[in-house]
Amino acid sequence: MSAPLIEATNLVKLYKMGEETVHALDGVSFTIPHGGYCAIVGPSGSGKSTLMNILGGLDTPTQGRIVIEGADIGALDDEGLAQFRNRTIGFVFQSFNLLPRLTALENVELPMIYAGTSPKERREQAETLLARVGLGERMSHKPTQLSGGQQQRVAIARALAGKPALLLADEPTGALDTHTGQEILALFSQLNREGATVVLVTHDHEVAAATQRTIEMRDGRIVADHASGRSAA
Amino acid sequence: MMRTSDLVGSAARALRSNPLRSALTALGVIIGVASVVAMVALGSGAQAQVERSIASLGSNLLIVVPGAARGGGGVRGAAGGWDSLTLDDAAAIAAQVEGVLVVAPSQRSRAQVIANGANWNPQIEGVTPAYLTARDWEIAQGRFFDESEERQARRVVVLGATVANELFPNIDPIGETVRINGGSYEIIGVLESKGQSGFGMDQDDIVLAPFTTVKRRISGRNRRADTVSQISVKTVSEEYLTRVEEDVTNLLRQRHRTREGEDDFTVQNLSSITEAAAQTTQVFTYLLGGISAVSLLVGGIGIMNIMLVSVTERTREIGLRKALGARQADILHQFGLEAVALSVAGGIIGLVLGVLGAWLMTSLFNLPLVVAPQNAIMAIAFSGLVGVLFGAYPAWRAAKLDPIEALRRE
Repeated sequence: MSAPLIEATNLVKLYKMGEETVHALDGVSFTIPHGGYCAIVGPSGSGKSTLMNILGGLDTPTQGRIVIEGADIGALDDEGLAQFRNRTIGFVFQSFNLLPRLTALENVELPMIYAGTSPKERREQAETLLARVGLGERMSHKPTQLSGGQQQRVAIARALAGKPALLLADEPTGALDTHTGQEILALFSQLNREGATVVLVTHDHEVAAATQRTIEMRDGRIVADHASGRSAA
Repeated sequence: MMRTSDLVGSAARALRSNPLRSALTALGVIIGVASVVAMVALGSGAQAQVERSIASLGSNLLIVVPGAARGGGGVRGAAGGWDSLTLDDAAAIAAQVEGVLVVAPSQRSRAQVIANGANWNPQIEGVTPAYLTARDWEIAQGRFFDESEERQARRVVVLGATVANELFPNIDPIGETVRINGGSYEIIGVLESKGQSGFGMDQDDIVLAPFTTVKRRISGRNRRADTVSQISVKTVSEEYLTRVEEDVTNLLRQRHRTREGEDDFTVQNLSSITEAAAQTTQVFTYLLGGISAVSLLVGGIGIMNIMLVSVTERTREIGLRKALGARQADILHQFGLEAVALSVAGGIIGLVLGVLGAWLMTSLFNLPLVVAPQNAIMAIAFSGLVGVLFGAYPAWRAAKLDPIEALRRE
């Protein structure tokens, strides 16, 4: 069997809050294989956001070791982290985070700009990706001209740009109504069936139920790790 | 690695997205550069004007006048008064001082000149033919008198351009006669125009006549026939000026039996006057440019201010760009380039406006327009520097933002 995509060993993250030291992560270990579809669930303060930031290369652990696609996150410098975020991770945010000045197409091109991809290749890839998320007809629309669901589809297309190893979504349905949220989850399922590794971070067990595997967190520790659909709470 | 074209494109897009703000931010630099360019051009114009008019007196020229100099330029009547210089002094300088090209004694007078039903009151200068060489003066029309006409005190005159225009506005003055102090004189030539001297005098308001003619017939018979009011000494080259000045001074001291401090004559070195005047205007130019540079500085502070606001407003965008793979250097370059683009655009527009302003002012004050290309390049480079200096801190703040914090910001 090949090495897993993510291998986290005994991750600890400490924050100093004034006099107090907060254990945002307190010894977290898990692995996620290539092609997995996994939800990290927990209430606010459980450490799931900290874990997501470390998975996305936005933050580094205080102790422990995490290797994603062969990259040891703790050992990367700023430039290495930037490259890791650019090549290995595709972010999807709760509030979409599209740049309002840019068209849908240009938003999708953005990560490829930082990869140094040629304008022609960028355009072709962005068009393909937008068509893949069902927005082939709205490429030159600005974000304000799109509905919430459409904006999140643009954001997903952007996350897919550059063929990242891991799709990392933070409450991707949090700003959407239930129906639209279902559609977005269905899109993630479809992308997963097509080969993408997807990690969703959410506080919503219903969202987690759409995935294959649920990792439950509380107070900086993993309290349950099981197939989705069976809540331990 | 980000492509340069993408970097430029994103900066241009950011600036275009808020055109009014960009224009107002650049305005500070526009005004700064425009005033520096205009003021320096105006100052250089004034400087060129001063140098040109002083040079028009003649180059490599020493002027010896009677009376002692006091301090910088004031002349005080000393022993011997105004009659202390003679033709013999001039002859001695010509014979004994090395490095002298010509020596031209002259006698100055003022008299009414009547011709053609009009009258005019120019300066009358009794001179020898060497005078034209000494003063780098050319004849525009006709001819100058020669040595024998000078010796014979012939009744001939050469008019300055102003006198010729005033007395003979429509006709050729050559061959006409003018009356001076009751005597009539034939006009044999007209001098080329020299314009105003550096001291504001019209050098063309003059009538040149043979030295002996002026002495005997015009300047008054009660004075000694051999005194002169001025001796112009032209050296063979600039290097000789200082040495000739010393030698002439020593020679005249010896001849007049005076000691340093009691001289009854003064040797004026025109090149040192030129230098002093040019230096004065140059200081003036620097002063004007310096004051204007302060407004450029204020423009730079305006850029920094707006860039800081922009970084705060776009915190989320910066966080997102970092999450998508922008390196610190990419963010630094993006914001730095926006600041530099603002200030360089301001610099170019300011340069155009400044040259336009300088052109307006110089034509208003009748000065030559001097815009040195290196000044234009300096203005652009300086505005770019302002952009780098004042854009660096906001760009650095943007680059150093923590992406997690930045993405959390609403």
